Amino acid sequence: MALSGIQIYKLLPQTNCKECGFPTCLAFAMKLAAKQVELSTCPYVTEESKTQLAESSAPPIRLVALKAGTEVKAGNEVVLFRHEKTFYNKPGIFVRFKASDSGIAAKAAAAHAYSVNYVGMDFVVDGFAIEADGDLGAAVKAVRGATDRPLVLIGDAAAIEPGLQACSGETVLIHAADASNWEAMAALAAKYKAALAVKADTLDGLVDLIEKIKAKGVEDLVLDFDTTQLGKWLAMSTQVRRLAIKQNFRALGYPVFAPAYAAADEGIFAAEAIAKYAGFVVLDKFVPENVYPLLVLRENIYTDPQKPIQVQPGIYEINSPKPEDPVLITTNFSITYFAVANEVEGSGLPAWLVVTDAEGMSVLTAWAAGKFDAERIAKAVKGFDVASKVSKKRVVLPGHVAVLSGELEEELPDWEIRVGPREAVDLPAFMKQALN
Amino acid sequence: MPIEIPKDKWPGSIKAVTIGATAAEGGTRAKSITIGGQNTMPYLQFEKPTPNTPVIAIEIKSRKPEDWSPLLEKPWGEAMADPAEWAKKAEAAGADLLVLALTLEDTPDSAVKTVKAVLAASGLPLVVWGPGQAEKDNELLVPVAEAAKGEKVVLGVCEDKNYRTIVATAMANGHLVEARTPMDVNLAKQLNILISDMGLPMDRIVMDPTTGALGYGIEYGYSVMERLRLAALQGDAMTQLPMMVTPGFEAWKAKESKVGEGVPEAWGDWEARAVNWETLTAMALVESGADVVVLRHPESVKRVKAAIGELMAA
Ligand code: SF4
Repeated sequence: MALSGIQIYKLLPQTNCKECGFPTCLAFAMKLAAKQVELSTCPYVTEESKTQLAESSAPPIRLVALKAGTEVKAGNEVVLFRHEKTFYNKPGIFVRFKASDSGIAAKAAAAHAYSVNYVGMDFVVDGFAIEADGDLGAAVKAVRGATDRPLVLIGDAAAIEPGLQACSGETVLIHAADASNWEAMAALAAKYKAALAVKADTLDGLVDLIEKIKAKGVEDLVLDFDTTQLGKWLAMSTQVRRLAIKQNFRALGYPVFAPAYAAADEGIFAAEAIAKYAGFVVLDKFVPENVYPLLVLRENIYTDPQKPIQVQPGIYEINSPKPEDPVLITTNFSITYFAVANEVEGSGLPAWLVVTDAEGMSVLTAWAAGKFDAERIAKAVKGFDVASKVSKKRVVLPGHVAVLSGELEEELPDWEIRVGPREAVDLPAFMKQALN
Repeated sequence: MPIEIPKDKWPGSIKAVTIGATAAEGGTRAKSITIGGQNTMPYLQFEKPTPNTPVIAIEIKSRKPEDWSPLLEKPWGEAMADPAEWAKKAEAAGADLLVLALTLEDTPDSAVKTVKAVLAASGLPLVVWGPGQAEKDNELLVPVAEAAKGEKVVLGVCEDKNYRTIVATAMANGHLVEARTPMDVNLAKQLNILISDMGLPMDRIVMDPTTGALGYGIEYGYSVMERLRLAALQGDAMTQLPMMVTPGFEAWKAKESKVGEGVPEAWGDWEARAVNWETLTAMALVESGADVVVLRHPESVKRVKAAIGELMAA
């Protein structure tokens, strides 16, 4: 836990020499506690104090980064519930292959090539896991021929080592050290500078293993609760997050591994893992219709609640509209914008899309919050000078805010106000039938 | 030294709410269902066991819906044109509860007839939704409430614009209400206050804080539910109600579920994706505190039910 100014003061020289630019050591300590200065500004801090201060400022959940051509980071989280601040490092979504699979290179290539667009962002699979049920060295080489994304290697120490040799220079996650094999796994992790998953079905079991493994010099650890039972996994994951964040319990302050490949219902388990604190989620296979919803869920859960994803308010041209084409109104919540823009674009029908500044809220939410009312809509229509672009003064309101049409008529007296469908998906039909 | 597991001790808990009445309780249901009663965040059984299992409702309509995905016609088939048959099929598919949605085409007579037919066809407790226009809701739900007197039906959807009539008829006929507000903690609280001020006991309100589908704002619903649950546990009486949400309705209007053609190849197989969309939307809401999830596809029902079972078993 972060130290208070007074606690920091006790670790300073207390000579008030002013070299740091502050009148007293206490003043400097206060600034330090507020993270407004660097410790190095004071030249006289003892090595011992430095270590203590560094420890106290380390994040409660260690950041573990797997590195190859790309990087996947987990950890450094600070809250239990996303509304309290935000979740920061999206759990990496990995797909597992088996070393014994002769089609591994082709499968890796297909999964690597996968990319899916969601509200303007392109999502990919973050990395790959390979189970050492065959020649892992050959399997890693085959996968490396197809993708440069980070790897998780699953198996016992002897089987994993050839795999590590085949991707030297990378930071790999090896899985998993348990009570029976931890010495060999820790030695391997130390030798190849790999991150190490530690597996036990109780927190005491994990702490016991972690103490022993840390003594061997391995720092980048990941926790595996040795279960995919939804209730048990939720309980352990919650306990670990609480211990780390509320009690600064360092012994369990590591990202969590979610072996979705072992679950009865992989999608369900992965959904729980994404919502409840996983750092690395490993799926059994690459199936687009399973991966896509999980990538979206992850994006949604990890969206900063203080900064909803927004698009710039303005007038957007879809399918090169002409002056006689319709004017559609929506909000600047990006999910709303993309739902509308994609529908209209996909239909091939030209339109002017007026995006109002609704502080990044969807139509209904913005309306309820008073951020999407007749006044704001009229302001957008006037502000973006829509009248100069069109020959037909007619705007289409989202169906959810049909109640606004009266007021909007007053605000925009020379415009015709039409009420469109509630859902974007019904817009093309509406535009074809009702607007001609 | 063994680790001390951190347990939260909350002053408040969620009200237990019973839906449906058996013969002994003055109705005709085969069994009634009790939801709520928790004193922890969802499924943290190590703090205190979850007293009542969250349930799954299947949504059926009084008339064959025109705008439902063809993927939903596959499992329900002909039954979609006959609410009583549909109710039986839904019960067989694992529903704990039925939601019967009336439509704008319904008249008071047809609505009453359909509700009676559904009550006769299935012994499950019932939720009845009006078509969603305040006046029409009142016109249909009042006679329905009278006809189903004593059954402890949940009447919905009760919003700030129509709550008075619905609450009054719920009080007069021994029913419950579903209080819906648009994804906002304070609005939810406010509507609960308005409803309880009319004299309806708190244990006859189920709140519906609304949600978005996966990809369409689910994070708002998710966080509002977590915040409502936290407020309730901290002792705010006006949020201490079980929550009912409609992931089926939301997910099936998402393009990912609704449309099979002209969508990106990266979306994968349509049917599996659609079911995933509904299932994952529901699962996220189950994790954030839903006591009732209203679903549409039998496969989602099966998967979410199994998940709740696992969460309860820990
Ligand atoms: S430089 Fe260091 S010792 Fe000198 S006043 Fe600042 S904090 Fe104190």
